[in-house]
Amino acid sequence: MSDATTTVRTTAVAMSGGVDSSVVAGLLKRSGARVVGLTMQLWNQRRLPELVPEGGSVGRCCSLDDVYDARTVAQHLGIPYYVINFEDRFEAQVVRPFIDEYLAGRTPIPCTLCNNFIKFDQFLDLAAGLGADSIATGHYARITQDQSAGRYQLRRSADASKDQTYFLFGLKQEQLARAQFPLGAMTKPEVRELARELGLPVAEKPDSQEICFVPNGDYAGFIDAYFRERGVESERTHGEILDTEGQVLGEHRGVHHFTVGQRRGLGIAAREPLYVIATEPATQRVIVGGSNDLLSARLTAREINWISIPPISAPLRASVKIRNKHLAAPATIYPAADTGRAEVHFDEPQRAITPGQGAVFYDGDLVLGGGWIE
Amino acid sequence: MTRYYFDHNATTPVSAAVLEVLVPALLEVHGNASSIHQDGQLAKERLETARRQVASLLHCDPKELVFLSGGTEADNLAIFGTVRAHPNAKKHVITTAIEHPAVLNTCRELDRQGVRVTYVPVGSEGIVDPAAIRQALRPDTVLISVMHANNELGTIQPLQEIAAIAREAGALLHADGVQAAGRISVNVRTLGVDLYSMSGHKLYAPKGVGALYVKAGTRLQPLQFGGRHEKERRAGTENVPGAVALGAAAKVAVADMLEESSRLAALRDRLEQDILARVPDTGVNGGRSLRVPNTTNIYFDGIDGEALVIALDLKGFAVSSGSACSSGAVEPSHVLLATGLSRERARASLRFSLGRSNTADQVDALIDAVADSTAQLRKLSPTYTASV
Repeated sequence: MSDATTTVRTTAVAMSGGVDSSVVAGLLKRSGARVVGLTMQLWNQRRLPELVPEGGSVGRCCSLDDVYDARTVAQHLGIPYYVINFEDRFEAQVVRPFIDEYLAGRTPIPCTLCNNFIKFDQFLDLAAGLGADSIATGHYARITQDQSAGRYQLRRSADASKDQTYFLFGLKQEQLARAQFPLGAMTKPEVRELARELGLPVAEKPDSQEICFVPNGDYAGFIDAYFRERGVESERTHGEILDTEGQVLGEHRGVHHFTVGQRRGLGIAAREPLYVIATEPATQRVIVGGSNDLLSARLTAREINWISIPPISAPLRASVKIRNKHLAAPATIYPAADTGRAEVHFDEPQRAITPGQGAVFYDGDLVLGGGWIE
Repeated sequence: MTRYYFDHNATTPVSAAVLEVLVPALLEVHGNASSIHQDGQLAKERLETARRQVASLLHCDPKELVFLSGGTEADNLAIFGTVRAHPNAKKHVITTAIEHPAVLNTCRELDRQGVRVTYVPVGSEGIVDPAAIRQALRPDTVLISVMHANNELGTIQPLQEIAAIAREAGALLHADGVQAAGRISVNVRTLGVDLYSMSGHKLYAPKGVGALYVKAGTRLQPLQFGGRHEKERRAGTENVPGAVALGAAAKVAVADMLEESSRLAALRDRLEQDILARVPDTGVNGGRSLRVPNTTNIYFDGIDGEALVIALDLKGFAVSSGSACSSGAVEPSHVLLATGLSRERARASLRFSLGRSNTADQVDALIDAVADSTAQLRKLSPTYTASV
């Protein structure tokens, strides 16, 4: 397929067995492209069986059922299909950093790590090695090119409720140059309709929700089970819960059980609802307070990646999103002397700015860039 | 796209000679081999002809052969059947670290059921040292199970020496001969084994039929219960067409063995030498002198073997890497790891196994494809820097 005589472009589709990536494969096939379907085996669900809910891990990524679905779709479309083992790489580049972040008192986004270091890095290289010119995924986002500057730009998807650009802020120009998001201009109902039209056997399959390797959504439970599997106890798994005045209110089983803004699971009776304001891994202290204590108008972002515009040297007005479900809020971004960092000053205080999450900068539907919240 | 098949250790296509007897057997031989009537007698006659044909491949008495569903069942019956039939209360079994999962996982199951199992390691050659087997012996050792030829490396194990050790210790010797039967000459008497497993689909018969040699007088407890088929060693109506096909395949193997094995060895050596000469940072895994003629296992440093398998498949060549897990993804081969290869090098290794359909032209095309694909994959490999 890398023959010089062939002019048909080859695209590798990352197939999860879900409806989105299946439609991507179907659309590309229909367009006449040469398509190779690939499923990344990222995590072995059977490793930590205590986490799999009763009745199995239906609809979770990397389950045998999902591989079965992806294979069935590939057969239906008549495209070559392979499962590739990325377990070692996924554990090293996503799972371990995810755990380290939690233990360091931050709340990580494994999907972004996976996009940065697995899907749009090693998977992209693998696809190129197989002779594919580009990869296509089922992400809801759009890639355009600024004709004058030649710069690739990332834009929010047409379906605002499905937009996944928040998880893609780490993408570099050379990655965007070789990626396709065919669903970016569509709404989810349109995608389902296409799935039916293409006769895909997964047309009615429910969407998956959780982080793929944490089947029941219990991140702290996952971290505890991961350490049990390796026969080590996570360090310092006990600590105190204090209020903002420094008064001890109770005890806890490790800072990784808490995230900023969390209300449940504190085990403390109080007149006013209490929220986690901060976690201090060094002292294993969890600070709680009232709803107002969560408000803050400033954050520092590090490892900033500028996507649609070159790095800034002067303050910039933008809408900034601090978690996936957050409504982007107006702010001014002040570049720091140290490149790759910036101060973000919101016009209005924001609730629960959480270290470890992303701060993603928008201008309308254009994704300017983003970084990690300190 | 023309497809070239270089994965004969996984399975082989049914040969024309086999098909020629299989189809008439399906059409004309419909009786139950246990029935009294002539329809049954015809089936019985075909079954026994097949048994004689397989017996001449293994050089045993036809009465010592049990037809069954394949290599995995043969291994299960040999191991469970003899261990359970042994009168001792305390039992110990010896096997090797490079066995096929059909033996390894059967031994692990025995282990769970309270039988002690020793997994003898191998050296970098991929050949077990008989002295290591002797060292593993215990007074309660009842069975030693060692494969004849390894499926990944093709290395041939010293069964004769191990048989002498087993005899001396009063233990039985089982050999998984799935990769050897039909490829190299097998004489169960000279080898001195008590049990020998073989599978039809590795020698151009269809999937779903195999045989187990059980030396006369060996105590064996059946694993499944039902009618008195196969001298009460394997209940279930005999798969006569399958046995007929296996018999025909055995007959062809006996007739062609010398010629075909030297032809395949020459092709394999050409493949190996040309790849090693043309592609830098490669090498052959395991010992090269004592091997079945059709197999080579080569590492390509800095390359993900799984990616190379896919790249070659997209070019029309079927080869294999590691062992497929349940999803179809590939895990590093336990055999390669057992020979002391690093996880990286085990991942970077490919198995090429040749067979009847392969020609010199096909081998040359494969060499070109391997050279192209490795160059392309290495360009993008984060771990590869040429060692020039």
